[in-house]
Amino acid sequence: MDHPETQTPANIPLVVTMKGIVKRFPGVLANDHADFELRQGEIHALLGENGAGKSTLMNVLAGLYSAEAGIITVNHKEVEFHSPKDAIKAGIGMIHQHFMLVPSQTVTENILLGMDQPNFRMNINQYDQKIAELGQHFGMEVDPKAKIWQLSVGEQQRVEILKMLYRGANVLIMDEPTAVLAPQEAEVLFTTLRTMVADGKSVIFISHKLQEVMAIADRVTVLRKGKVTAAGVPTLGSTRQELARLMVGRDVVFQMEKTKQEPGEVVLQVQNVHAENDKGLPAVRGMSFEIRQGEIYGLAGVAGNGQRELSQIISGLRKCTEGKILLSGKEISNQPTQFAIENGLAYVPEDRTHVGSAPNLSMTDNVIMKNYRHEPISRGWMLDIPQAQHFAQKLKDAYNIVVPNIDTPVRLLSGGNLQRVILAREISGNPALLVAVQPTRGLDVGAIEGIHKLLLAQREAGAAILLISEELEELLSLSDRVAVIYEGRLMGEVREPDLETVGLMMTGTPLDQIAAPIATGAK
Amino acid sequence: MAESTQINSRKRFPFKLQFEPRLDTPPGWFSAALQIGAVIAALILGGIIIAVVGANPFATYAHIAGASFGSIGVLSDTLVKATPILFTALACSIAFRMKLWNIGAEGQFIMGAFGASAVVLAPLLPATTSAWIFIPVMMLAGISFGAMWGFIPGILKARFKVNEIISSLMLNYIAISWMNFWVFGVWSEGGFQMSPKFPQTAWLPRLLDFGKSVPLFRGLTTHLGLLIGILVAIILWFVIYRSKWGYEIRLIGDNPTAANYAGINISKNVVMAMMLSGALAGLGGMSEITGVIHRLQTSPVAAGYGFTGIIVAWLAKLNPIVAIIVSVLFGALLLAGREIQPSGIPKMIQGIILVCLIASDFLLRYRVRIVRVGEEA
Repeated sequence: MDHPETQTPANIPLVVTMKGIVKRFPGVLANDHADFELRQGEIHALLGENGAGKSTLMNVLAGLYSAEAGIITVNHKEVEFHSPKDAIKAGIGMIHQHFMLVPSQTVTENILLGMDQPNFRMNINQYDQKIAELGQHFGMEVDPKAKIWQLSVGEQQRVEILKMLYRGANVLIMDEPTAVLAPQEAEVLFTTLRTMVADGKSVIFISHKLQEVMAIADRVTVLRKGKVTAAGVPTLGSTRQELARLMVGRDVVFQMEKTKQEPGEVVLQVQNVHAENDKGLPAVRGMSFEIRQGEIYGLAGVAGNGQRELSQIISGLRKCTEGKILLSGKEISNQPTQFAIENGLAYVPEDRTHVGSAPNLSMTDNVIMKNYRHEPISRGWMLDIPQAQHFAQKLKDAYNIVVPNIDTPVRLLSGGNLQRVILAREISGNPALLVAVQPTRGLDVGAIEGIHKLLLAQREAGAAILLISEELEELLSLSDRVAVIYEGRLMGEVREPDLETVGLMMTGTPLDQIAAPIATGAK
Repeated sequence: MAESTQINSRKRFPFKLQFEPRLDTPPGWFSAALQIGAVIAALILGGIIIAVVGANPFATYAHIAGASFGSIGVLSDTLVKATPILFTALACSIAFRMKLWNIGAEGQFIMGAFGASAVVLAPLLPATTSAWIFIPVMMLAGISFGAMWGFIPGILKARFKVNEIISSLMLNYIAISWMNFWVFGVWSEGGFQMSPKFPQTAWLPRLLDFGKSVPLFRGLTTHLGLLIGILVAIILWFVIYRSKWGYEIRLIGDNPTAANYAGINISKNVVMAMMLSGALAGLGGMSEITGVIHRLQTSPVAAGYGFTGIIVAWLAKLNPIVAIIVSVLFGALLLAGREIQPSGIPKMIQGIILVCLIASDFLLRYRVRIVRVGEEA
């Protein structure tokens, strides 16, 4: 992919400036005095980890959120947006990751939706023509009469872009536009974006993929934990290492007290596994690794790079299209979910309320989810209720679960206590393999420490643990080995991880390329 | 109802009502007391309306009670009316427990009645067969035909994700037409729109059959179907709350994703629950046709029991044991309809009770507090 020969002299007019933007959500400071500048005719990337505040900042610019403090100017005039409508009037349009289109209507109908023209008597043919012309002008061929459901994801994205252009947008904000696209479609998108900036429009490109940012963007602003760590750095002349470091920071990793122990037998073998996501696109593309007894294998990666699908194929909730997975020597891939459970798999899913528990059922009903098929919880076709209650009481006491009584529906539990219920259930069966996905997400500090201790206790008890997390610090302090997943592939595996290496791998640089000192991001 | 006036006059009144979501689960007695309170409130409301149209509410209620529970004779009639409702209510409660909206109990009931009739009319067994063989075979036929009618929407949902509300509802109409075809044509008795009467050996035993030895039972038409229904309700309660399969059903009903994660085969359970639901409704159809009607005839079979069962199942909170009591109450209201003119009154009361009971659920989930105006946060 060649880079367009763009020059960005300082005298090019500024289209948008944002100064000192503060946006707070309950318990989170999403934007902490963030500054941002956009010049006319540039593609400006916004880089950062999940939760760094990229999307929040752009939602403020697009009028979806209003900031608590800060000034926004568009074309040197101070503005105040109360809704996306105000923003689009000022020429700012945002294209979200999830498209907002009506599947049963045509392209033209979707583009006109919500506009004052046409009024009651619509002459749709005339608009079809206009939209076709607009598309041609920017190199985005879409049949205006096609219904949305007939279009590919890439074409739907074009409709979203056209929708904004038709409304007169001069600044396009694209929130991780390539996350839903196949590589070829992404190429087409990049061409379109270049056509648009050549026409004088400006593009803000939210991403966490370094390679992509280096390829398409003229300048880049990096956010970390709500703060800007690099403002408008030209991509020409910066290196991937620099940007990766700005993205993940250099915090001192807090070390958990971990006993030294030699890992035992191999428990989990993942052999060249491929799988598709819900949309049928490849999500896991040939991963292989092994985990041994008494070892925590940490898997880092930005959300949406295949870790969710990987955890699902291991736990039997998703089929793999190629390769196989062995648990203690038995093949568990493409078997009924129950098979892996019976063979010693415990799984702490990412979504505790929607996957991990049945909210309206009692704590007792929730803790027997995995062992109700066997004695002593059931005999024959009957459940042994006293035994189930005894078991629930035992877990409640052993894991300090704060709940009025074991008949309480678990929807009344706090997040930390619900996670304890789930962990207690999964651990109580002495699993051979524990797969934990984001086990501490959304919990407070005390609860996080408790969960970490439980995981380490399992490690000492000899379980093999696959820990998938976006919390780098958690991963680095708990894991014996850390691997990084990027676009469904392993970028590498390190025993003594440092943040910079992991950060580079998270943004798509394989480990073997990092080792070489001349592997700069500039082309 | 008195509370609502307080809300309206809160400007002058120094207190107002405030609703807070309950964070704990209220004890079991509270829920029961609330339901009884709701029924009483409904009766008061109904009484007001009766008074407004110019009748004496007390006399009316006394008459309704008398017409449904007044003597052992009418009590027996009430129980006869309650029996088919009980079966369809049980059928609905097992499906609804899994959040499978089986609206097809009516059709499954009809198919059950048809299946049972076929044993006599096809005939699968000669008319001289003993009751000891007749009854079990007819039960089996009713169960299988009902189950088959439940299997269709079940498999369509499991395999092709067809909405079971639509498919089960549509199958009701097919079932009615199917029954009509046989009643009007093939099995028509001399061109009348009914089949010939079944031989006595194919009738479910009734209390009056024992009239000779127990004089009290003379003339009472309550039949064995009621006993079977109560037995089924008790078994169903055990299945739902005490069996492994019942646990799976409750888990799927509350959170299918979690059930899948726990290794439960959801598709298989969808089909099985729909089949059981259909089987219970079908058994109801068999009970009605062999216990009361004694011949295949459209209007008494397709009398809407399948739809009443939906209401009863909900009022009983999908609890099979409670469904027995609610079915009897509904049977009483159906019977009273015959006695009171205009017969719309019991239906109206039925409606008011339903609304009050559903509204009372709100109090289970919210706590009402009276606060001083200006005091609230």
